[in-house]
Amino acid sequence: MRTSTPARVGQYAALLAYLVFLAFPFLWLISTAFKPPQELGSLHPTWIPQNPTLDNFRQAFDEQPLLRAALNSLLAALGAAVIAVLIATPMAYVMARHRGRLARAATGWVVVSQAFPFVLLIIPLFLVLKNLRLINSVPGLVMVYVVWSLPFALWMLAGYVRAVPAELEEAAAVDGAGRLRTLVSVTAPLLAPGIVATALFAFITAWNEFFFALVLLKTPEKQTLPVILTHFIGAEGVADLGPLAAAAFLATLPSLVVFALIQRRITGGMLAGAVKS
Amino acid sequence: MTARTKIAILLASLTLLLAGCSGGGDGADDGRITLRFQSLAWQEESVEANKELVREWNATHPDVRVEHVQGSWDSVHDQLLTSFEGGEAPDIIHDASDDLADFAYGGYLADLTGLLSERLKSGIPERSWETVTFGDGVYGVPFLQEPRVLIANADLLKESGVRVPTPEDPWTWEEFGRVAKRLSGDGRYGVAWPLKEPVSATLNLSLSTGGQLFHRSADGKVTVRFEEGDQVVPRTIHDQVNTDRSASPTTLGSGGSDTLPGFFAGKYAMVPLGFSYRQQIEQQAPDGFDWQVLPAPAGADGLTQGVSPQTLSIAEDSPHKKEAAAFVDFLLQPDNMVRLALGDWMLPTGTEALNDPALHTPEHGWATGTALAGHLSPAPAQSVRGYPEWKDKVATPALQEYYSGAIGMAELRERLEEDGNLVLARYQR
Repeated sequence: MRTSTPARVGQYAALLAYLVFLAFPFLWLISTAFKPPQELGSLHPTWIPQNPTLDNFRQAFDEQPLLRAALNSLLAALGAAVIAVLIATPMAYVMARHRGRLARAATGWVVVSQAFPFVLLIIPLFLVLKNLRLINSVPGLVMVYVVWSLPFALWMLAGYVRAVPAELEEAAAVDGAGRLRTLVSVTAPLLAPGIVATALFAFITAWNEFFFALVLLKTPEKQTLPVILTHFIGAEGVADLGPLAAAAFLATLPSLVVFALIQRRITGGMLAGAVKS
Repeated sequence: MTARTKIAILLASLTLLLAGCSGGGDGADDGRITLRFQSLAWQEESVEANKELVREWNATHPDVRVEHVQGSWDSVHDQLLTSFEGGEAPDIIHDASDDLADFAYGGYLADLTGLLSERLKSGIPERSWETVTFGDGVYGVPFLQEPRVLIANADLLKESGVRVPTPEDPWTWEEFGRVAKRLSGDGRYGVAWPLKEPVSATLNLSLSTGGQLFHRSADGKVTVRFEEGDQVVPRTIHDQVNTDRSASPTTLGSGGSDTLPGFFAGKYAMVPLGFSYRQQIEQQAPDGFDWQVLPAPAGADGLTQGVSPQTLSIAEDSPHKKEAAAFVDFLLQPDNMVRLALGDWMLPTGTEALNDPALHTPEHGWATGTALAGHLSPAPAQSVRGYPEWKDKVATPALQEYYSGAIGMAELRERLEEDGNLVLARYQR
């Protein structure tokens, strides 16, 4: 199918505008992180700092335990991503392959559960974790994140499972493979891009999550990055903008790195075998 | 290695990893008491002052260890509410008096009446204690407060030749209106009102003109009456924006920090801000920029204005209330109160602390602010149940529309009173 030149120009212009729209906050964050206070208070801000400084980073590290918080965030996000995927994969398989009334009800429940507000859940969750002695612990937080991301992970993975031809599994069964063997050796490799995408979703959700971490973690050595970032904000929303931008920039990097490392895998996997040659 | 083995190894590693970062208990098992002090101090100097004081306490009180935990103003209410419900609240709680009412009435905070030392009780004025008194109990110790002041571009003020106000001889609201007009022109506004949160600013400044707004009858019920005294400040702001064009219309939806770039660039000659904003101004002002602190205008009731002081409370669930009270007493000794105030660029509530020479220096307007301390009263909405809903659903939109010129004074009054009283009535059945 050929696209006319004006249409193509329009497409590229729209794409460029969208990219600028997406990139603007992040680029502004980087710019702000390297600016001295006088430039932050300028009426005519510049993209490139006139007198770039690392003071904001120094102050951010001096004032807050950023490395410790980053490690906590990493543990919570990795734990949540791995466990959510391990639980969601077989469940999604069942939901996708067995189209019974129960599976439909489960799918409906998954969708409905996404509508529950955080505030509704937090106090019961808090009490449950308290009884399990998991308040103020990363494992407790991981448990919450797994529960929180599981419905969407399930929904996402079920779509990927449906995209895997059932004939491949039938062929494996004919060759003598059992259910688990088929799932592990045939379906799982084909699901790899979906699993990676789902894990990435669970990781980023947990990495950025603030409210549960705020409520469940009491001591500074347990707190995660989003909670620590709020310590740069004072009453009435006044912010220590330079150190906040520096810390926020550092907090954004791991997500970007993880995504950059595996995004080719996702797209590559999704497109593999899409066209017969 | 089979896929099943890989999964088993992965799970085992993850379990070990997470087990390794499991939390311990709440304190040591050596018989020492551990108190958690959640501080909301956030600026570099004030965080350091708080941590230093905790270190000093711990060095001299081996049996009662205090653990400094940093909270955030941004989310303190939700976080405390959840902690209270779950029985996991910090022992010592830093907050603001206007956030305490629901916690006090809900039984989450300890009544400090019998826990505080005589020195602390008599060292803080009665008007400050009123902000933390709910029913018959005292639920916090007010220790830091900030008046709203005018931060002015000193060069523009000098150039214009206007009389510079002092706490002894402040501008009246009318004079302030005239000065703002005189400072306007050539693409410059005399004043920029940052009114993202218009209600507290309007209500607190209106005390100077005799505005009460909330009137309590003999049976304890509160009604809203928007009388002449309540109208002076809103009318002044409205006229500056819509009639005189001496106030910038674009800053009405801004926070205080958002007005600073324009202020530094000479776009606005004056900005009404909280006293603690001086720290940001000092940090961000371009070299050679000369600024000064002026008292807010005075009305029929002089320089009176409402404040909601920062407070220290003790959780009702704390098993060590006496020790927590002793720590609060230590933290709020006059010298320490001064350290906390300087760190936060605010004023202490304590009478002795207010006499400290460091707070009477003209540098950075400290002396001007300190001279206003005696005029600070409890914010009018302090003890009104239903105030948060009235503020969010009725007063904020009504005032924003009035200031932008969309509605007039008559409609503002009607909405504040009629809609407002309907809201308050629900809380007073």
